[in-house]
Amino acid sequence: MDEMVFLAMTGAKQTEYAQAINSNNLANISTTGFRADLHSFSSIPIDGPGVDSRINAVVDSYGTDFEQGAIASTGRDLDVAVQGDGFLAVQGPDGEEAYTRAGDLRIDAGGLLATGSGHLVLGDGGPVAIPPHSSLYIGADGTVSIQPLGQGPETLAIVDRIKLVNPDASLLQKGSDGLLRLPDGEIADPSANARLLSGALEQSNVNIAKTLVNMIELSRQYEMQINVIRTAEEDADAAAQMMRIG
Amino acid sequence: MSQALWIAKTGLDAQQTRMAVVSNNLANVNTTGYKQSRAVFEDLLYQTVRQSGGQTSQDTELPSGMNLGTGVRIVATEKLFSQGSILQTDNALDVAIKGRGFFQILLPDGNLAYTRDGTFQKNSDGELVTANGYAVQPGITIPDAAQTITIGNDGTVSVKLAGIPTPSQVGSLETVDFLNPVGLQPIGENLYIETASSGTAQAGTPGLNGLGSLAAGALEGSNVNVVAELVNMIETQRAYEMNSKAISTNDQMMQYLNNNL
Repeated sequence: MDEMVFLAMTGAKQTEYAQAINSNNLANISTTGFRADLHSFSSIPIDGPGVDSRINAVVDSYGTDFEQGAIASTGRDLDVAVQGDGFLAVQGPDGEEAYTRAGDLRIDAGGLLATGSGHLVLGDGGPVAIPPHSSLYIGADGTVSIQPLGQGPETLAIVDRIKLVNPDASLLQKGSDGLLRLPDGEIADPSANARLLSGALEQSNVNIAKTLVNMIELSRQYEMQINVIRTAEEDADAAAQMMRIG
Repeated sequence: MSQALWIAKTGLDAQQTRMAVVSNNLANVNTTGYKQSRAVFEDLLYQTVRQSGGQTSQDTELPSGMNLGTGVRIVATEKLFSQGSILQTDNALDVAIKGRGFFQILLPDGNLAYTRDGTFQKNSDGELVTANGYAVQPGITIPDAAQTITIGNDGTVSVKLAGIPTPSQVGSLETVDFLNPVGLQPIGENLYIETASSGTAQAGTPGLNGLGSLAAGALEGSNVNVVAELVNMIETQRAYEMNSKAISTNDQMMQYLNNNL
């Protein structure tokens, strides 16, 4: 009895974890540039005496879905969407370089370019400082140009260039702050291929249909695990009954 | 209890707030000088249940760990300071700002506030005040004998007095600019106050040094894009429904557990 109950219990608990990952994707359906987390189950056999029947299912968040999200036009000059592959380089809370697809940029109190969640955007040499300007334009290659305050359009000046990178996406890992990083603190080289679209935002890439179907599947899977626990209980009951007759 | 339940709840909370922001935009579709707000979403802290790269034996390591996201939150609502449409009213005391800048207003508590709403009026002392009766700074007094009032595009206020052929200047409107207008704090009554993130107010003459010039006899309409807001509303509603679906599914899982064991 013990094996069966514990196997099913592990299964149920891991299904709950998977359901949490799935619910988190659903909760972030409106988060700009959010990349859905993927989960998978893997088998962890436990060797020992007796029949080899103890194989626990364990859930892994094995990576992030890097499919392109829908691009919504906003017309705001500080909104940028990364087209195709590529990421914006930002400074994480730990001061290390990290990557994101969230391009809802703004200018913070110190005049530095930051993302909507407050991470400083990195340019050619550190954070991008934006002087007072009457208009600002972000080019496809990340070049930020401004028309300085009080001067004509003929004075358009290039301020900096947002660092765009295009590392192998399968290497990127999501940190606890939701930013993506290369393993072992590696820093990606600037990429000439990554393109920005100004005046637009990339939405979350959570696939609603897939997420809802996953949710149903996981909840049924959970019920099956519970059924196994109940069956084990019934089996044990039956056995106890037999002992009583004897 | 179930984590998924609480994660879905953060989704409901955030969508609810977004709906409030959208509703407020739609409610202010006819408010003079109103600037559209936008909810900024952010994913919450990820919990590491199993660290990837952890050693599974002396020579092997876990290729992938388990990171559980804990939901979503609205990190900010930001104002979008795009120009609203200029509506001709032909009322001499209505002023719109074409471009950057804010009017400076003296609040009853002595602090300064800033607005793009140029629906000015005269109070009983002849002072130029906003629709709520707060005086414009620097103060401008219109003499009782004034027959016509003219506000120039650089803010010069001149009046024509009965019996005097040439108009006389009684003051000028100043506008102020901020390094980061998005950082201003809206306080209602179409007013904003300065914050650490907006930077300090830089006063100037309208039309000079990047400040927008004024248009008298006109008002700046709300910059809310109704179509975009309605699309936002649909999106918010559907996202809300999906998150509540996640809650009911989790509820059913717990129910099944309780009923069957």
